Amino acid sequence: MTITSQAPAAEVGAARKRKEDARLITGQTMWTENIVVPGMLHMAILRSPLGHARISRIDTAPALREPNVVAAFSGRDVADVQGSLPCAWPVTAELVMPAHPPLAVDEVCHTGEAVAVVVARDRASAVDALAAIEIDYEPLPVVLDLEAALADGADLVHTDQTTNKAYTWIFDSAQAGTGGAVDEAASGAEVVIRRRYRQQRLIPAFMEPRSVVVDATGDQVTVWSATQIPHVLRFLLAVGTGTPEHRVRVVAPDVGGGFGGKLQVTPEEMITYLASKRAGRPVKYTETRSDSLLSAHHGRDMIQDIELSARRDGTVLGLNVRLTANMGAYLGLVGPGVPILGAFMYNAIYKFPAYRFECTGVFTNTTFTDAYRGAGRPEATYAIERIMDELAVEVGLDPLEVRRRNWIGHEEFPFTTVAGLTYDSGNYEAATDRAKQLLGYDELRREQAARRASGDPVQLGIGVSTYTEMCGLAPSRVLGSLRYGAGGWESASIRVLPTGKIEVVTGSSPHGQGHETAWSQIVADQLGVAFEDVEVLHGDTRTAYKGMDTYGSRSLAVGGFALVNACKKVIDKAKPVAAHLLECDVSDVEFADGAFRVRGTPDGGRSLADCALAVFAAHDLPDGVEPTLDADDVYDPVNFSFPHGTHLCAVEVDTETGRVTIRAYVAVDDVGRVVNPMIVEGQVHGGVAQGVAQALFEEAVYDADGNLLTGTFVDYTPPSAADLPDIVSDRTETPAPDHPLGTKGVGEAGTIASTPAVVNAVVDALRPYGVDDVPMPCTPERVWQAIRNGGGQS
Amino acid sequence: MIPVSFDYQRPSTVDEAVQALSAAGDDGKVLAGGQSLIPMLRLRLSAPSVLIDLGALADLRGIREDGDGLLIGAMTRHADVLANPLVRRYVPLLAQATATVADRQVRHLGTLGGSLAHADPAGDLPAVAVALDATMEIAGPDGQRTVPAGDFFVDYLTTALGPADVLLGVRFPSHEGWGTHYEKFQRMAQAWALVGVAATVRRENGTIAEARVALTNMGPVPVRARAVEDALTGAASTADAIAAAAGLAGEGTRPTSDLTASAEYRAHLATVLTGRAVSAAAGVG
Ligand SMILES: Cc1cc2nc3c(=O)[nH]c(=O)nc-3n(C[C@H](O)[C@H](O)[C@H](O)COP(=O)(O)OP(=O)(O)OC[C@H]3O[C@@H](n4cnc5c(N)ncnc54)[C@H](O)[C@@H]3O)c2cc1C
Repeated sequence: MTITSQAPAAEVGAARKRKEDARLITGQTMWTENIVVPGMLHMAILRSPLGHARISRIDTAPALREPNVVAAFSGRDVADVQGSLPCAWPVTAELVMPAHPPLAVDEVCHTGEAVAVVVARDRASAVDALAAIEIDYEPLPVVLDLEAALADGADLVHTDQTTNKAYTWIFDSAQAGTGGAVDEAASGAEVVIRRRYRQQRLIPAFMEPRSVVVDATGDQVTVWSATQIPHVLRFLLAVGTGTPEHRVRVVAPDVGGGFGGKLQVTPEEMITYLASKRAGRPVKYTETRSDSLLSAHHGRDMIQDIELSARRDGTVLGLNVRLTANMGAYLGLVGPGVPILGAFMYNAIYKFPAYRFECTGVFTNTTFTDAYRGAGRPEATYAIERIMDELAVEVGLDPLEVRRRNWIGHEEFPFTTVAGLTYDSGNYEAATDRAKQLLGYDELRREQAARRASGDPVQLGIGVSTYTEMCGLAPSRVLGSLRYGAGGWESASIRVLPTGKIEVVTGSSPHGQGHETAWSQIVADQLGVAFEDVEVLHGDTRTAYKGMDTYGSRSLAVGGFALVNACKKVIDKAKPVAAHLLECDVSDVEFADGAFRVRGTPDGGRSLADCALAVFAAHDLPDGVEPTLDADDVYDPVNFSFPHGTHLCAVEVDTETGRVTIRAYVAVDDVGRVVNPMIVEGQVHGGVAQGVAQALFEEAVYDADGNLLTGTFVDYTPPSAADLPDIVSDRTETPAPDHPLGTKGVGEAGTIASTPAVVNAVVDALRPYGVDDVPMPCTPERVWQAIRNGGGQS
Repeated sequence: MIPVSFDYQRPSTVDEAVQALSAAGDDGKVLAGGQSLIPMLRLRLSAPSVLIDLGALADLRGIREDGDGLLIGAMTRHADVLANPLVRRYVPLLAQATATVADRQVRHLGTLGGSLAHADPAGDLPAVAVALDATMEIAGPDGQRTVPAGDFFVDYLTTALGPADVLLGVRFPSHEGWGTHYEKFQRMAQAWALVGVAATVRRENGTIAEARVALTNMGPVPVRARAVEDALTGAASTADAIAAAAGLAGEGTRPTSDLTASAEYRAHLATVLTGRAVSAAAGVG
């Protein structure tokens, strides 16, 4: 191959269209539901219609007489073998962990809990035969209210437990040595603000319903699942079922979204495994949307009691946070840890001198909760950004000015916070200035004043959210200190094929994020190959056997690090080969602009493909040179990643009807160096959509008997494009100092930042009406009620 | 979910359709655009043993002038109503309300007849039919008959249609020269109405000579806001007069409380939206 001295254009930074999109958007791909295995049967699940009940009798035999039915069984039939679903994050030593059988045996603890299954030759027959199962329930008291659940003498969520409290977890800066005591701060404060905020329950509502195929018929157990975590699933399935790990293969084929909702080892995966074992045939289960909304894990759902003490000049002295977090009926895979992830984020971008955080996890007779986009950090950001606005009002400052008086200056990084984290970098001033300018902040404030003065029935509000987040999960040692059950490293492997084409194996497991494109761009630059010549393999534990999967905005922040390291190792391995081809000494070879050259000789270089062919033939390699260029890397991060930004939102509120209309939305995010701006914008847009959804639209609602009222998309109302504003997405770029690419995570930023921006805007619009809060979601009726309760225009 | 299994028939004449329905007794269901029926089947809220698909009855599709107004076939899709110039000329209110029904996909499958026959209290078109004084053309085992819109909607999801009746079409008198407006309030951009108001106003010399106001989702069936109409009739076409009349919009209504709105809030919305709808129809403000 002839190499000229022309440097190839850099791929990193280019707005490449995503190479995976054609197949994902058309759906012509290997979704789990599209997988057909010879001899495969179909399973349907009977779910509890009651929130809490004893199963006094269950008989699945009548279902066996229905057409096409091959097997039918209940929890009692598998009680000895089904085990308990894993919780990998026992946050305290005293944690109460009720058994979580995949199929309920004697007691159901939430509506939608699986009680029995039918396996049939086709899906419709399986669904029809469910009606033949005979089952008698004795209703038990249903526990739904978090505070009532903690009261003495409360009814119990699990009759075999003595309490509804799962745990209490505390962080105190005075004890940790990272700051002062909050009580002292409060007693000396000129201003103390106390607020209760409610994080409503949300449903992740990924686009592709969960689906799983299990073939447990031979020595090997193969699982295809619409999961975010094939590697974690493989490990836990091996341990949980006693199948030797090398005989378990998990494949996450193309997966249509997750948002944390597929970061779970699900009852359905285990039940499908049991069904395949019992039937001796491969079995598929695909949930319906109704099943999904009812029984896939939910998110958020906590009460936040916040106390902020400050001086009259707006300087915060202390922050005291008490959370009551709804675990639902069971502990999910990382469920108890979700609020704890937020513990380090309530102090946000600020230099608070004292901080205390206490979280109590509570069981209720509801679907269990677990990670949902942002997991703990949106909740934290919401509470602090809401109450900073209250402080601004209390001390008579502009909300951005109050923030400026407390935030970490760009010259102060690295900065160790009162929660004990060391923020590596940031520039809150730059992001905020840019956002103000893009929104036209000062003009809108003037328009707001004019509308207030004229008593316009449509009022204007401006909402502010200056956020940071900890992502790039996570340094394994930190995870260990938080009692998390696994490490936080990530792996990458590069295979250099004889023709110079590249296969990249990543241990992260994309489900819509665009890794195939971003990884290809990075590898193209690192190895001097064409973007099209890189294939990214993921999600199959047979190909990608080592990985920690995708969640917590970790794939690029952690996996990208491993990827760059692996590329460097490839170059190091190729150098002696190139030296041999160039007939020079290794020390004279340099790799730059995609070519190996003799130092100081611009022409006549060799490409990686030349080296690849040379090691493939291996006819003529120097002694001691291994005939391969392949390389692996596993990287364990030394710190979290700290993206930040400023989101500003302007809303119009129709005070006659309570309707909120977002007029303008500006997101200025600092995610460090950007690999692909189009992907980053996509993540911001989607994230903002989900955050706006929490602010204005979505809530999972149970009635007093524990029935989920929002069991369809008619009632659980995710916004469509028509409900969302045009999002102005811009960036400042403060490279992450410790990352070889300078990148930070972006997957959750939009969701974390946007919810308080929107609600702050709504409340800001209504301040003249005596309103200082509107519970989420801020539906027209709630806004109207808030105006009525506020006592009219002041 | 997966519906309970059912038989499927596709008759080629109205008579065959009526016969098939008669034969099925209470167990048959007409299938039009399927946009309400199929979701009910999938959720197993409805389990007919036979579906009689009207898709092959070309006569039931289309819009034509008919005396002093329009006859719109029951199987005419929302999208075709929207695109039709005659509709825009004679009954623009129908076009305006149809544009708020669901989303593009649903409007290309759902039919005018299906919307009226389904009679969902949150559906937009029943109130429009009432406000426009439409009449329903119905074929049944005993022949053909005509029912005014005001008598057609009987109760929640219940109309004057018997189990073997087929809605053939809807006759709309021309409203050329009237001012009309549909004011819909929904939580999500492409959702059902929390409350909707269909208003028609005929003005003479600065006063309101005639007005018809019908409310969506303020009871199990569309509600004629007669107190509002009475107050408007003969009133000056001014913002104050309209506001006073709109304050009576709650009279005779029976709004429900559900997940999306309380009865109290619906009653409040009815007055606000009636004011807006009548003002827009009368060209005031
Ligand atoms: C996501 C979604 C959102 C929607 N939003 C709205 C909205 O905002 N506003 C609104 O008004 N509607 C809305 N709809 C309903 C939509 O307008 C439907 O098209 C309509 O309700 C039913 O029309 P169809 O032709 O699909 O009837 P089908 O679903 O086929 O039938 C509905 C019922 O009417 C009966 N029927 C149908 N045609 C006849 C006939 N000719 N004679 C006798 N009986 C008949 C059927 O037996 C059945 O009981 C929505 C629907 C969906 C799926």
